[in-house]
Amino acid sequence: MSLTGKTLNEEEFFYGHKACAGCGGSLAVRIALKVLGERAVAVLPAGCMSAVAFNFPQLCFGNNAMISTFAGTASMLTGVEAGLRAQGINDFQAVGFAGDGGTADIGIQALSGAIDRNDNILYICYDNEAYMNTGIQKSSLTPFGAKTTTTPAGENIRGNLRPKKNMFEITAAHGIAYAATASIGFLNDFMNKVEKASKIKGTKYIHVIAPCPTGWGTATDETIDFAKEIVDCGLWYLAEYENDEFILNYKPTEFTDVETYLRKQSRFAQLTDEDIQVVRESRDKKWERIQKNYKVK
Amino acid sequence: MKPYLRDKVPTTLSEIPDHTAYEAGYLVTKNAGWRNIRPVINLEKCVGCLQCYLYCPDGVISKEENKVRLDYDFCKGCGICKKMCHFDAIQMEVEK
Repeated sequence: MSLTGKTLNEEEFFYGHKACAGCGGSLAVRIALKVLGERAVAVLPAGCMSAVAFNFPQLCFGNNAMISTFAGTASMLTGVEAGLRAQGINDFQAVGFAGDGGTADIGIQALSGAIDRNDNILYICYDNEAYMNTGIQKSSLTPFGAKTTTTPAGENIRGNLRPKKNMFEITAAHGIAYAATASIGFLNDFMNKVEKASKIKGTKYIHVIAPCPTGWGTATDETIDFAKEIVDCGLWYLAEYENDEFILNYKPTEFTDVETYLRKQSRFAQLTDEDIQVVRESRDKKWERIQKNYKVK
Repeated sequence: MKPYLRDKVPTTLSEIPDHTAYEAGYLVTKNAGWRNIRPVINLEKCVGCLQCYLYCPDGVISKEENKVRLDYDFCKGCGICKKMCHFDAIQMEVEK
């Protein structure tokens, strides 16, 4: 039976944290832990979720959780898994929660190494599209055109010039046991992917889009709306990779307007119509590749 | 285990650990002071669909007798629950 709000574990494992109101990342962590249960051992590198959860003596995880080095989420997961297994403990799930910077920039070699060893771990990247914890600096998962403190909008350059790194297909290219993309706007899909991943042996990677009201310049109650709209306008997609195959889980019948999505966020306020056309064209190109290479469910 | 508020705030040197591990789910402060507006649930309109419970980033909405209840100690007033409610059962009211 697939997981829904009614069948989900009622216990809370991530509570009393100091994340901003309307934080998407904290919702991703909360829901993933409800799926995995109290035998999840969480590893968090530097980033929003460790900063908001471990402020001694305010400790907001109800399960075992620890902070790793920024670059070492995946290697600490490897150690946690091997260490517990060596002690004869088998009923646990080593799970990492790293942000987009901790995954795609700073932690990518540790993650690559873990996938190469096929360690039995679950790595969840909550992607809020910049280093939000330190005050909104660009990461390699910041999309084209987004204004951050290191890609400011000026007269000549209007925000970030580079496209978003394709972490999902990078992990898949390792021949990983299971990889998936998700969005906190589609929690049923996310919950079931976390559950499915927890039952697969080997390295699992889930990339979940988690809007950040503070960094995106949106109202606190719009977090879920944006997490839905980013999928509906085609700038993000829900997919899986396993057994050497890409599967598209959800295809909007018709994309909503990219411009509407972008114009509502202050990080994209400076974009010209030409910039928005660039975003639209890169989306269409991406979807051409998806249509060609992904099995559409 | 759900983290919960403790009476004891470790303050003296002997109460503070000399290593980096401590009890899980140890809360000493509330988040209620962050709020300008508060969600108020109209239980007559609530049908128990649990969308507010599911999408709350802080997990402050729990199931209770086929409906929901809200923990105002930890609600930050983001308003996501009101947006998720399709039955107009949640209103945001100004904190006084």
